Amino acid sequence: MSATSSTIVNLPDQRTARLPKRNYINNEDGLLSWLFTGDHKRIAILYLISITFFFFVGGAFAGLIRLELLTPQPDLVASDTYNKFFSMHGIIMVFLFLVPSVPATLGNFLMPIMLGARDLAFPKVNLLSWYLYWLGGLVILGAMVMGGVDTGWTFTTPLSTHYLNTHVVTAAMGVFILGFSSIFTGLNFIVTIHRMRAPGMTWFRMPLFVWSHYAASILMVLGTPVLAITLVLVALERLVGIGVFDPTKGGDPLLFQHLFWFYSHPAVYIMILPGMGVISEVISTFSRKRVFGYTAVAFSSVAIALFGFFVWAHHMFIMGVSNYSALVFSLLTMLVAVPSAIKIFNWAFTLQKGSITFETPMMYAFGFLGLFTIGGMTGVFLGALGMDIHLTETYFIVAHFHFVMVGGMLMAFLAGIHFWWPKMTGRMYPESLSKLAAVTTFIGFNLTFLPQFILGYLGMPRRYHAYPPEFQVLNVLSTAGATVLGVGYMLPLLYLGWSLKYGAIAGNNPWQATGLEWQIQSPPLTENFVEIPVIDYEAYDYEWLAHKTANEVTTVG
Amino acid sequence: MHISPVLWEFLVKWLNNSALFPREASTIAPYADALYFFLLTITMVGLVLVGVLVFGFSIRYRQSRSPEATQVEGSTLLEATWTIIPLALFLIVFVWGALLYFRIYNPPTNAMNIYIVGKQWMWKAEHPGGQHEINALHVPIGRPVQLTMISQDVFHSFSIPDFRVKREVIPGRYSTEWFEATTPGTYHIFCTQYCGTNHSAMIGTVTAMTPDDYAKWTQESTSGMSLAQNGERLFASMGCNACHSGSAAARGPNLAGVYGSKLQLTSGSEVLVNDAYLRDAILNPSEHVTAGFAPIMPTYQGQISEDGLVDLVEYIKNLQTNYRVQQTLTTLQSNQAAPTTPGVVKP
Repeated sequence: MSATSSTIVNLPDQRTARLPKRNYINNEDGLLSWLFTGDHKRIAILYLISITFFFFVGGAFAGLIRLELLTPQPDLVASDTYNKFFSMHGIIMVFLFLVPSVPATLGNFLMPIMLGARDLAFPKVNLLSWYLYWLGGLVILGAMVMGGVDTGWTFTTPLSTHYLNTHVVTAAMGVFILGFSSIFTGLNFIVTIHRMRAPGMTWFRMPLFVWSHYAASILMVLGTPVLAITLVLVALERLVGIGVFDPTKGGDPLLFQHLFWFYSHPAVYIMILPGMGVISEVISTFSRKRVFGYTAVAFSSVAIALFGFFVWAHHMFIMGVSNYSALVFSLLTMLVAVPSAIKIFNWAFTLQKGSITFETPMMYAFGFLGLFTIGGMTGVFLGALGMDIHLTETYFIVAHFHFVMVGGMLMAFLAGIHFWWPKMTGRMYPESLSKLAAVTTFIGFNLTFLPQFILGYLGMPRRYHAYPPEFQVLNVLSTAGATVLGVGYMLPLLYLGWSLKYGAIAGNNPWQATGLEWQIQSPPLTENFVEIPVIDYEAYDYEWLAHKTANEVTTVG
Repeated sequence: MHISPVLWEFLVKWLNNSALFPREASTIAPYADALYFFLLTITMVGLVLVGVLVFGFSIRYRQSRSPEATQVEGSTLLEATWTIIPLALFLIVFVWGALLYFRIYNPPTNAMNIYIVGKQWMWKAEHPGGQHEINALHVPIGRPVQLTMISQDVFHSFSIPDFRVKREVIPGRYSTEWFEATTPGTYHIFCTQYCGTNHSAMIGTVTAMTPDDYAKWTQESTSGMSLAQNGERLFASMGCNACHSGSAAARGPNLAGVYGSKLQLTSGSEVLVNDAYLRDAILNPSEHVTAGFAPIMPTYQGQISEDGLVDLVEYIKNLQTNYRVQQTLTTLQSNQAAPTTPGVVKP
């Protein structure tokens, strides 16, 4: 195959498409067939329903927070209640939505198909992971119902161990259990990628979606145990007072922060890397062109995973860590920013000389590119030692991580959900309504979080229930934006639900994408492939696809 | 078109009072803002570049204009370009940020010291001259001020946005920050580390004053007892002078002039005696035994408040000769309590 050659790919005629008679959805009937399934696709659907539920619970808390901040006075709820709001918002969004969002839903559904396998390596462990997710989720909901927890999602000692009488141990237990769910998913992915690839599926023929999940899985497996240990220590400190974090007993309260961020910084990459995988697939598909610099994008994922473990202390620049260790961590933080920049430029150049269309997933992907660039660059602000002093613990940092997590990850998640919706359900979503949702989300997001950068530089601290009146105008803008954003997130819930019954039949490959998952029926069979395919082409090989289509037409015709 | 006068007034007021950037009220602020503007510039350039590429390619290569995609593998030259240029920019930011960090966190040697004790949910400022303030801080302009800060309970963070300084206030350990105010006025103090129920009420005002006004304020608001004098009373009432009497046969080491010196410990290590060391040596004496002395000092953990420790540290810091210790000894023996001052919070 030559390095440069032209391909024309036309969308197939969807009017002739029919839903396949037998697929993973109708293969077995009854609730129990879902609850005891070992099928990675069914588990992915279970996860999708679950994380959507928790997303809207967490979103409700976000709405309440923004409503309280509409006025400078602490007038909507009491301070303790407000503190519980942002704690629950953080805990639910981070541990119950962002961490499992793409890997447990899209990853679970697609990983084996993309590799040409019939299922993940350990289907029962996969199901167990979902049950643990719910167990952890119920424990956290239980803590919420019993009166909530007000530690913030960071569980910072000694506040969490000695100064609060809320349900800290219960909430920590919930997060502890969720950690196992996450480890199981990561472990399953790593083993599957190593052992279950179809014949001919070499490492560099894998889609970038798989590469980014591989990097994220390593982080899950190596990082999460540290979080578990930390939370156990917090619980022990509260229950029996072992004193590891207590200065009066010779402990060190800063040790908690080291341990916590040793997980929680890599966790940021657990959240964003799978999203980056989605963006690679979407941009390639809608420009009908292979991803520019495949190896650079693949290795930048691994580089992010590797460097991601050595930057945790950049959360602690003002906490009295030694100046010299601060220097090292700042330098490493600058280095970890580079692979993200590489990815952004590679995606942009994937568009060059393509044949671009602008379906909804592409709109979300464009939103991702813009918002993630801002989110990434503001991360460099915070990585710069002297700048961090003024910016940390203010709304600047709130805006920064929402740009990465919501502007980046959630945009990528929605891009992926729309992109693979035809594959998962066999039906199309309504195109114009979903474009409206994408634009609404983008506008609402910017209106919500851009003012927070300004607020942060003005000095407004995060987690403030009341604030000086001069900050009100920007806060009103932010709350208005949150309202628009809320509409933007409700829309997909409604029209995707509608499309399950009334959506147009999708057919096998509505986007004419090259991925292995698009070469099988939608929705797929329970066993994915009737015959395990033999892979003799690279990922994003549009020429192969063009020839394949041509051949099919001639045989059928 | 008619604009509502209320709205107009509101807008004018807003534009005047809170622009998009905070006031520059310390010597550090312009340096911090310079880096901020540099970062804003490269962000804008990066964003515009990505925008031009994405929208440019989207328009040029949209399907109606470019029905055929041309497959391209990649380009090592381009990969190198967008690895090296961002890396170089980020390294510049790193060096610039590091220089700023050292500027903000290395206090000049002539800085005047003020102690800050943070607790749920208030700030106490203790001036060496005996002025005590709650949720307020008065400082002179044109003079470096160092804050030695400690928390009595959880993590707090002492932030003055208009000065661009902030540092965590940690339980059990002194942390410091410094600034030199340039413009008289009042500025916000925020606790920026989440510290429990009334976190957002743990705020205060720093008042920067001309040296004359500051001198006047100092005169008017003194409690009559300096921190060192409070410390002296505490030193006597805790019985410290029984051992640290300064005489040759004393069971405890001589404390006169010890501050700032290098001390040899029984463990063999050599330490610099600073505020943090003095505090630790009072609370955990067994781990800080001066060479040549027996480890007989009991711990004072839980017996002295952070304010009391500040007083003691300030007393020992200013102890140049043993004259004061001897005097204290006499006072103690003569059964004459030191005079109480109304309004002083007893340690």
